[in-house]
Amino acid sequence: MMDLLIISPILLPLVWVIVCLMAGNKAKSTATLSLVGGIALLAVCTILLYQVERNGTLTLVAGGWQPPFGIVLVADLLSAMMLWISAFVALAVLIYGVNRHDPLAESRRVHVLVHGLMLGVNGSFLTGDLFNLYVWFEVMLISSFILMVRERRKQQLAGGLTYVILNLVASAMFLCGAGLLYGKLGTLNMADMAVKLSTLEDPEFVNTTGALLFVAFAAKAGLFPFHFWLPASYHNAGPAISALFAGLLTKVGVYALLRLFTLVFIPANGFSSTLILYLSMATMLIGVLGAVAQYNVRRLLAFHIISQIGYMTAGLAIGTHLALTAVVFYVIHHIAVKSTLFLVGGVLEMRTGTGDIRKHGNFYQTQPLLAVCFLIPALSLGGIPPLSGFWAKLNLLQAGVSQGEWLFLFMALAVGVLTLFSMIKIWNESFWKPMPEDPSLQPMPAGPGRPYAGMLMLCALTLVLSLGGWFVFDLSERAAADLADPSRYINAVMKGGAP
Amino acid sequence: MTLLLSLIIGLLFAAATYCLLRRNLMRVLLGILLLGHAVNLLLLAVSAPLSHLPAILGKDGTPDFPGTADPLPQALVLTAIVIGFGLSVFTLVLARSYFQGRPVDDVRDLGKEEQP
Repeated sequence: MMDLLIISPILLPLVWVIVCLMAGNKAKSTATLSLVGGIALLAVCTILLYQVERNGTLTLVAGGWQPPFGIVLVADLLSAMMLWISAFVALAVLIYGVNRHDPLAESRRVHVLVHGLMLGVNGSFLTGDLFNLYVWFEVMLISSFILMVRERRKQQLAGGLTYVILNLVASAMFLCGAGLLYGKLGTLNMADMAVKLSTLEDPEFVNTTGALLFVAFAAKAGLFPFHFWLPASYHNAGPAISALFAGLLTKVGVYALLRLFTLVFIPANGFSSTLILYLSMATMLIGVLGAVAQYNVRRLLAFHIISQIGYMTAGLAIGTHLALTAVVFYVIHHIAVKSTLFLVGGVLEMRTGTGDIRKHGNFYQTQPLLAVCFLIPALSLGGIPPLSGFWAKLNLLQAGVSQGEWLFLFMALAVGVLTLFSMIKIWNESFWKPMPEDPSLQPMPAGPGRPYAGMLMLCALTLVLSLGGWFVFDLSERAAADLADPSRYINAVMKGGAP
Repeated sequence: MTLLLSLIIGLLFAAATYCLLRRNLMRVLLGILLLGHAVNLLLLAVSAPLSHLPAILGKDGTPDFPGTADPLPQALVLTAIVIGFGLSVFTLVLARSYFQGRPVDDVRDLGKEEQP
């Protein structure tokens, strides 16, 4: 029964891909079915999170091949939390309506692809095998490629090509790294890699391979200088799809970095994290400067993703228990906040027909609920107390102070101010100022779907994270404790799999 | 054999990098294809020196068939080839639909057109 529970976050989306394919051409029934799938996934992930929280790390030995030979699925606290938040965001996006402005015949395929995307995302969170992680990455990527260019507008194809090419190069790097690591260590199981590496006399030889894998994951996460695909492509996808991407895709890269660089490539094995810290700081600054210069709402938000990824990897580079706690909390908070903002940006674009915030205006009066849905996550992103972003940043800064990283401290505060500035820019332009007098801009009719239900769900989650944050923070602390001490993960995988 | 293999891999990587840095999009796509082949060969090469034992062990923990190559990298390559094939086809179709009715394929156009 427990085995079934561990694999069900992978199994459910797979079944729903098939179900949505077979549902026929009726858009409405497919949407309902898809929604049921989203609810089921969230339910299963909730049970899994509960079980992991109670019983500690759970493992599933696929096919009875004992580790390190077979593929192991590992659900530790970090994985379970990531699974839960992904399922939550996916459900919110499905409720928002992935088929809002699509021709009816197409919408069936959107649902197939969204569940395909979740299949890849969930697989990446669960697997304990490096090559298997590669396969899940590819499952996720191919779904995202198609979702990205589905409407075949010229802009979309241009951004999509950039996205596809850079991600394919990153995948090649990943594959190189995995192959070389297998050549050196003779294993693909991540826990077994950590064991073999710590017994090696010359672990520093693996540093080059570590760098290859770092580049691969950094490109997926959108870390400077591998981030160029992100602002080129995200704003061109449909609103709901871009919200899903913004919430999940880069965070899968961050998760892979967190997993490998706290388990295999750790300072004890001769891998230095100083470079990661400096790259993170550059990422924070360049992301936010890009955002400050932008006037397209979703492009601006895409630059913010990059900037915030910098905070997460900086915490990883600092590497203390407190820093890792902050990172785990940060990832959860950021997924919730960023998805909401992209959904709001999508509504703004649909109501005015343009993403240029200079041509927006007066939404505060005409759409007060939308203004609330924007203000909560925007202030949270800017780090205003008592919202969740404040707690995440506070702990990260504390960790930085305790390690004496003064440059990071200065940078984080400066970037925080600029983040707030660009959020206020959207607020002023889209919500506060009067509508510009331009006869070419006609207010669009609202499309089908339930935009507010999805956004309010995510806003409620942000508020829960902010005000009831102690519970999530407690979970993050325990997940970080598992990360900070690799032997726990290794024991769970290598011994937990034995009968 | 290992030396020859490494030379070929190096050559493929060099060619792939050269193509990826071209301005002509078709060459960039060729670069991606070459990169895929380079990586696949690299995966095969890691098993060539027989530095570790295959997973097929007898009761006493020694290999049942000494001298056989490790089957795992071959399985990895097979998977990578299948995935790579699918992705290449998708990328080619994507590029084709982008360049329909365009006289030149310059990657600098991508940067101009992705802006709203």
